[in-house]
Order: sequence, then structure tokens, then C-alpha cells
Amino acid sequence: MADPTGTVVVLAGGLSHEREVSLRSGRRVATALRETGHTVLEADVNGQLLSVLADADDPLVFPVLHGGAGEDGALREVLDVLGVSYIGSTGRASHIAFDKAVATPLVAAAGFATPRQAALPQDMFRELGAHALVEALASGIGFPMMVKPAQSGSSLGCTRVESADALPAAIVTAFGYGEVAIVEEFIEGREVAVSVVDLGDGPTALPAVEIEPVSGPYDYAARYTAGQTRFSAPADLPAAVADACADLAVQAHRILGLRDVSRTDLIIRDDTPYFLEVNVAPGMTDTSLLPLAIEASGVSFEEICSSLVAAARGREESASA
Amino acid sequence: MSSLEMPRRSTRLDPYVDQYAERTSSMTVSAVRALFAVANRPEVVSLAGGMPNITDLPLGTIGDAFNDLVRSAGVQAMQYGSGQGELFMREKIVEVMAEEQIHANPDDVVVTCGSQQALDLVTRIFIDPGDVILCEAPSYVGALGTFNASQARIHHVAMDEHGLLPDALRTAVLALRAEGARVKFLYTIPNYNNPTGITQTLDRRRALLDVAHEVDLLVVEDNPYGLLTFDGDPVPALRAMDDQVIYLGSFSKTFAPGFRIGWVLAPHAVRERLVIAQEAAVLSPPVFSQFAIAAYLDRFDWRGQIVAFRDMYRERRDAMLRGLEDHMPAGTTWTRPTGGFFVWVTLPEGLDSQALLARAVNERVAYVPGSAFYADGFGGRNLRASYCFPTAERIYEGTRRLGRVIAAELEMRATFGLGAETPLHRPGLGPAPDLS
Repeated sequence: MADPTGTVVVLAGGLSHEREVSLRSGRRVATALRETGHTVLEADVNGQLLSVLADADDPLVFPVLHGGAGEDGALREVLDVLGVSYIGSTGRASHIAFDKAVATPLVAAAGFATPRQAALPQDMFRELGAHALVEALASGIGFPMMVKPAQSGSSLGCTRVESADALPAAIVTAFGYGEVAIVEEFIEGREVAVSVVDLGDGPTALPAVEIEPVSGPYDYAARYTAGQTRFSAPADLPAAVADACADLAVQAHRILGLRDVSRTDLIIRDDTPYFLEVNVAPGMTDTSLLPLAIEASGVSFEEICSSLVAAARGREESASA
Repeated sequence: MSSLEMPRRSTRLDPYVDQYAERTSSMTVSAVRALFAVANRPEVVSLAGGMPNITDLPLGTIGDAFNDLVRSAGVQAMQYGSGQGELFMREKIVEVMAEEQIHANPDDVVVTCGSQQALDLVTRIFIDPGDVILCEAPSYVGALGTFNASQARIHHVAMDEHGLLPDALRTAVLALRAEGARVKFLYTIPNYNNPTGITQTLDRRRALLDVAHEVDLLVVEDNPYGLLTFDGDPVPALRAMDDQVIYLGSFSKTFAPGFRIGWVLAPHAVRERLVIAQEAAVLSPPVFSQFAIAAYLDRFDWRGQIVAFRDMYRERRDAMLRGLEDHMPAGTTWTRPTGGFFVWVTLPEGLDSQALLARAVNERVAYVPGSAFYADGFGGRNLRASYCFPTAERIYEGTRRLGRVIAAELEMRATFGLGAETPLHRPGLGPAPDLS
């Protein structure tokens, strides 16, 4: 059983587009921690949060926030300022990882395959002229391509674009979710997610999970409606490919300076894994990928949640020693 | 971390995924629905929900009355009851309907779990898979859900600012029958329609009933907002003009929705089947709620409370219309309801209210995209803005934020040269009717 001292504050909700998913993830984590003997407080990101943290007995925050301030590092930087410990990546590392426009080139620079990509703020289209820029993207990246918000998750605002005439509307849709849109080469291949957990012994890749939507794309409905997607864990991959995927996920975790837990989304084409993005606050819902990977590793979700708390408490002790 | 060698597991995370009824195939999670989770946060001005504002009810006095109820009649109030609903409740319902010139016999009333269940019962007893239900274009999203769950084929009939078009109704019925379709009934919300706020004029009601007689069409009238008239005299209910109309009523907007008490008033033979269907569905509608509502109607000036509700909602409607006038970019139009809860907004050409919702949530304002109120993909340029729940000040602020969202989207589309002729973001969207 866990050390009963202190309170784990599970942070879920927030004001992002993924609030609903976050609340579901948060409830699952809170239940897992209670079942392993922790004292748990569930909190939303709102005007009461700072006083909740001030009043809590030796709080350790477990952020399960998806999108927005919960995942872009802003809230974690506030926790740093307050001197409140938390599970997961630092604010700075989260900021880098959450912004696909920054993270992807860093991973590419380490020699991993990534889609050809351009990250474009709204002003760029105004300044360079949207028409000319759209034409340049069409010829420079080619079709099919993916258009997605730079800072978002759960496939919200993502569009697969097959031809130049559909590109402007897809970019406008992505801008509905944020100031920067990513326009990238669509990599046709097998969709795989590799989660990484570090319980104090260095980052370790969990078994890869392959994702096959029953029909259509792996969109929001396919992600969160049980039965809409087939998951295979461990993914049925040749050993060398599985190792390459694990290596990419662990290296991405390291390159981006991540901590405790992350999930890297990949596409495998011709046995080569392509890095798509990394999540510092992976989904924890009943249909999410990290819990499936944990299950496939032979450890329970409850054990991992509890071990993450123990590792973070251990970090606190080392820091104060 | 030590890990065991685990066997590969291939799963769809739902062992029953191939066993669900075909009619549930569209019951999936949706991104739009997920955005509404944010709308519940206090920072967001939600013009999305249709929740009545019941904060002005005299809760202390009502609490005392319910306390007395439990002490004096708790044993009966907490027991099973009649499938048709308690006689005292049905007598009270007849009294309430008389306010709208509907003259009825308590024997012809069936009490239901909100008017939503009334709709479900009517659908159950009339609809086989593939049967056609006619609805206004647009129509109440909850009704469309019920009809879809019964595998009905929904056919929308055009309306204008005076309500459903009788000629369009006749044409639709004849054309559908000519192709062999079984047209079962017309579902209509003649007063302060959800989502448009439009009210059928008296002439239009007469013409509609004439067409219904001419083509032998059953009419189902849903009237949750009929007593919430802000301006002018209320128009008589269809049921007040024709006793063959099936009428659905509710206490949700005139008292409180939490009791879940609504009703159906139906011709005798229909009522018989409804009672049997009701017994199969829930045995009896909530008995305690019936006692509680009867106590409220007996002991309080409920007519005075409805007047107070009207005044409160009128002020909010005015704030909404003033805000739209002050903040909407050129090319945006909207309806001007004389009662009820809703305004129907038509966006400038080329805009898609569903795609716009993410931007709206960023700006801390929410609404319901118009396509929710169509079974056929129309309504992409429309949205429903409700003024029932937020205060007048918040409503006005909400319209300011909404104006900013629309202006930003227009500016973005202009940057990309997306004109009115450019297809909307999502495929398959039909045009948007401007009902203002």
C-alpha cells in the first residue's frame, strides 16, 4: 500500500476543448489512487485551485489536463512558482512538447523520420498573402496532407486534405482551435502509440498499441466511443520495428526533456516509424492508449499511478536532502 | 520496470459491440457534445442550453409544503401509482390546459415522465421502422433523437416566419405517399418553436389543420412554451381548434423540470394504447412528483408565478435582441420571438456554425449549431441562441463575444478568399434557411 501521508491532488477539467476527456481521465486516476491507499482530492482549474492547494496537506499534484493551460506547461510553471510538486513533465518541457511546431523539428534533428511540415501562424497568411502561401504549401508538401492545430489534442480541428481547393477551409478550421496551424505530409501507414514511463530508473517504453478504426479516421468519435476502434497491444510488429518504435518514443521523451510519463504517436510506413507528436498528459480514459499499454505490460493501471506518485515523492525527498 | 511477457490482446474495448440494436448505431460520442462540457463553466456565457431559470421560485415555502406532503400523505406519495397517472394530477392538468382554451376530459390525459417521454410513447405506438414523421425545418433536437431511435424516416417541411407552410405540408404528404411511404404524423411546435422561436399565426394554424384533414394526417402538437407569451395575445393551441390533435404538455417551463412530469392529451382510442405502453415502459409515472406538483398548484399562485416568469424571460429576450442588434456583423440575421426561450440566428453566407463553435468556446461563449435541429444535414449556417438561463447582462455580453467570433471568422475567410460560393467546411451540408 502507498505511503498514506500527504494528499494527491488530481487536476482535471480546465477550460480547454478537451475538458470532457480530461474529466473522464481524472476520475479514473483518482479512483486508481484511492484503491491503492492514497488520500486524493479532485480539483478543477478554477478560482478556487490556489486555495485548495494551500489548504491541502502536503499536496502532490497529478495533472490530468488535456489541451490548453493544463498541457502547454503554463499551469505547471505556476506550480513551480508555488513550490508545489507534481507528476509529469516540467512546465518548460511541456511547453516545448505541446507545441508540435517546436517539438517535431527537435525530434527530426535527432535523426528520426518526421512528416514534411510547416507551422504557420494566422499572421503569416495575412502578410504573405493566403493564396500564394496555400499554393506553396500544396506544391511543397503535396497531397494528401494533414492540417491540424499546433496546440490541440484528440484530433480536434484536424482535417485530411486531398486537394488544393479544400486546403483553405481546413486551415481556417484549424485556426478555430488556436493561433498556429500545422500543415504536414500525410503519412499513410499503421498507426501506433508508444507510451513511456519513468519510475525513477530511466524512461522505459511500454508495449506499442496499434490503432485501427473500424471505419473512417481515428477521430474524436472513434477515440472515445468504445467499439469504434480496434486496439492491439502489444502491436503485431516485427521485433526490429517494435524496437525502433520503442527507441523513438524513449528518445523523444529524452530529447524533449520529459519526465515521468509521455505518449508518442507514430505512423509506421515501410517498417520506418514516423514521429507525429508527443503527449505530456496522455489520456487515461477507458478507451485511451496509455492504460492499454500498461495492461499489456503486465502491470495494473492502479500500480502505475501509485508508482508515479511514489517516484514524485522520492524526487521531493532527494531535492530536500 | 519489470514487465511480464503478455499475450497479444486485440480488442474493441466493448465485448458487446456486435450485439447492439441497429437503431443505436448513431449513438456515438461527438466532438460538438464534448465542447458543451466547457459551456458549463461559469467563465463561459452559455447560450446553448434550454434550461429554465427557476431561481426565483419560493423554495422555502415549497419546501414547507413538501414537508407537509410527506407527513400527511407520504405513504401514498411514495407508493406505485396508476399507469395513466393519478386522477388528481390529470384534473389539475386539465385546469392548466384550460389556460390555453383547451377543453379536455381528465380521462383522456396520460401523465408521463416529462413531455420527452410523452413523445417517446406516441412514437412507440405509431412508428414502425421506416415510417415517415413530418417535422418543421428545423425541429426540436430531442424529438429528432426519439424519432431516430425508433428508426423513423424524418422528413422536414419548410417553414417561414409565420410557421409551417401548409402547401409544403400537402405536397410532402402526397409525394411521400406516391412513392409508397407510410406517413404517420406531423410533429409540430406551433408556439415559440424550438429552435426558431417562431409562432404559427392563427391563419396558418387553420390552414395547417385544413390540410391535415384533407390528407388525413395525424397532428402531434408539442407545446412546452405556450404559457410563456411576452407580447400580445397568445394564439390558441391547435388542440383548442381540433380535438383530434394529440397534444403534449409539460410543467418543466411553467414550474420546474426536475419533477419530470409532462402529459399527453389524446383521443380516447389512442389514449388506451398510450396507457398500456406507459405501463410497459415505467409502470407508473413518478407518484411523488405528481403529489408535489398538485400541492404546488393547490397552494400557490401558480398563475402569478407564470406572469413573473414571463416578465423575467421578456427582459432576457430583450437583452438578447438588443445585443444582437448591437454586435452582429453585417449579413447576420435572426428571429424575433414573442415568447419562449430561443432565437434562431442565420450567419453570413459561407460560415459553418459547427466549425465556428471551437472558436466560440475560445471566446467563452457557446450556442447550439443549427445542424443539430435537422435530420438531413441542413442548418449549417444557423445557430440556436437561448436566453432562458443566463442573466440579461450575461446574455448581452454573450452576444458581444459571439459578434467578435463571427467577425474573426469572416476576416479569416476573407484572408483566404473563401467567399459565399465556397462549400462549407463539412461535406453534405445543405443550405440554411433564413427565417428572420
